[in-house]
Amino acid sequence: MAGSASTLTHVARPHSRRGLEDPRWLKYTLLGIAFGFVLLFLVVPLTAVFVEALRKGLGLYFTALTEADAVAAIRLTLLAASISVPLNLVFGVAAAWAIAKFEFPGKSVLITLIDLPFAVSPVIAGLVYVLLFGAQGWWGPWLMEHDIRIIFAVPGIVLATVFVTFPFVARELIPLMQAQGKDEELAALTLGAGGWRTFWKVTLPNVKWALFYGVILCNARAMGEFGAVSVVSGHIRGETNTIPLHVEILYNEYQTQAAFAVASLLTLLALVTIVLKSLIEWRHRKSVEAAATATTRQFAS
Amino acid sequence: MSIEVRNAWKHFGSYTALAGVDLKVASGRLTALLGPSGSGKTTLLRIIAGLEFADRTEDPESGRVYFDGEDVSAVPAGRRGVGFVFQHYALFKHMTVFDNIAFGLTVRARGERPTKPQIAARVNELLQLIQLDGLGARLPDQLSGGQRQRVALARALAVQPKVLLLDEPFGALDAQVRKDLRRWLRSLHEKLHVTTVFVTHDQEEALELADEVVVMNQARIEQVGPPQAVYDRPASPFVIEFLGNVNRLESGLDRLRASERDVLYVRPHDVDIQRDYTGQHALAARVLHVFSAGNYGRVTLERIDTGETIEAEISRSRLRQLELVGGDKVHVVFNHIRLFPKGEFYETDVSTPAPDNPDHYAI
Repeated sequence: MAGSASTLTHVARPHSRRGLEDPRWLKYTLLGIAFGFVLLFLVVPLTAVFVEALRKGLGLYFTALTEADAVAAIRLTLLAASISVPLNLVFGVAAAWAIAKFEFPGKSVLITLIDLPFAVSPVIAGLVYVLLFGAQGWWGPWLMEHDIRIIFAVPGIVLATVFVTFPFVARELIPLMQAQGKDEELAALTLGAGGWRTFWKVTLPNVKWALFYGVILCNARAMGEFGAVSVVSGHIRGETNTIPLHVEILYNEYQTQAAFAVASLLTLLALVTIVLKSLIEWRHRKSVEAAATATTRQFAS
Repeated sequence: MSIEVRNAWKHFGSYTALAGVDLKVASGRLTALLGPSGSGKTTLLRIIAGLEFADRTEDPESGRVYFDGEDVSAVPAGRRGVGFVFQHYALFKHMTVFDNIAFGLTVRARGERPTKPQIAARVNELLQLIQLDGLGARLPDQLSGGQRQRVALARALAVQPKVLLLDEPFGALDAQVRKDLRRWLRSLHEKLHVTTVFVTHDQEEALELADEVVVMNQARIEQVGPPQAVYDRPASPFVIEFLGNVNRLESGLDRLRASERDVLYVRPHDVDIQRDYTGQHALAARVLHVFSAGNYGRVTLERIDTGETIEAEISRSRLRQLELVGGDKVHVVFNHIRLFPKGEFYETDVSTPAPDNPDHYAI
């Protein structure tokens, strides 16, 4: 009996293994396609940016970056990012906190609204602000009377940037905070800690990696945004041009090398973002796993 | 500190978690809230803690919570003097064991906060109490389930609560750890005498550990009493079925001095098997399966007249003496039975007819 059983398994093993494994040619074809695609669409263009930027030497590369309009564009981009990222940080944390820890009517509407900027084309987002604040817009005449300029000025650029980067922080935090539940907060509450203290000592440390991740993505988008900002900017050189807009102008004026030099800044930002992102993702995954193992039963009795 | 909850109602959407529950817990006792999942026991515990609030009803007393006769319904959870231990511990993941235990003391307002050396002394004392001295620098992730549970308990005890509430304290632990921790918690209670209420769905745990058992089912309390009383004199069919194995017979009971409107319950250890029985109160049955383990034998029988299955637990020597084999025709005799009227709505104070001869209530 035992002998025949063991023969059976010996015979069956190679069959089952072949049945479960994909053929080699399929594996290598798929890998080839994936790597070829990445090479053609990502690595080649990225390399091209730096090759073109440095084509005429390091000297001209830095000249393109230190030229007055380029400096103004970099400054404006940093300003827009430094306003919109903190704003969305505060909003994102507040929204995620409310959604994950409380029950209230209109919760699903709020979640949908947070996603709206992802669904709307950035050009439309820019046009909405023109419609509201532009000279022919709803509040345009009133703003003109009081000499407040929003469209074709810095406030418009900041508004458009805030709009398109709106979901990044909240989107990162909501799933994690929902998975973590509110037991730790309730524990802090029973131990006598107030809401503010609980937030700083318990909630925030638990989501810090997701928060950092969200901020980095938010920042990358804030600095790289083209469509929405393009509509509200007015393209005034040295005044309302951000880095992406400046690249476009240079390119249209056939200053290819300068265009690529400035573009290389955004590319570098992207590379730094990717490195930070994978670092954080690694930490983040660990905290999500920890949360998943301690899933809480809500109404269970 | 004694606890009282009056006429508590709680709905989650269309789901009723509590339907008019009154609860009194005596000071210094270890009380178990026992029931299946969904019976409302955790909700009741959270209402005592102030983590959940009972629904408002027309009755102004409804849902009020009293500690030592004082109304604490409006007192926030942090000020009720309650230590709460969560089912999944809810330890602060990013803090060390030491900081977890110290948390309740370090968040106190400046005037009430003990000094750092005082806090350290208190934490070390608690670490000793939970037998984890030397592990204060670990993170919760680096502890076993049983150790985490004890840290959660120490964290709750650090603020010297007047009431200790535990939600399924042993639910997530494996059997051996569970037994050790149960014994340890009992001895801790003997030492501290803090009024303690714990929630469990494990009847063995409740009966072994508690001074008083509150059996809950479907948002209501079925019975309250010391473990022995609840086990020996169950007030409802639910209680008798929930606390241990029981045979339930519904038909052909006229031979057993019961009417057709009754349901009969008999514990397996109250079933005796006889080869030749001459008395009138016996049921004819066929042996289906015999199994013996340890000191007793378990016999599965089938009633010949109705086909109902009966489980019997008899001593091993008795089993040997009977020499039962599957298919044998025998007589079963019940030593002690409980009768309840049939129907969906049970009365909780149904008293069973007193047996003429409790030791051998042959039927």
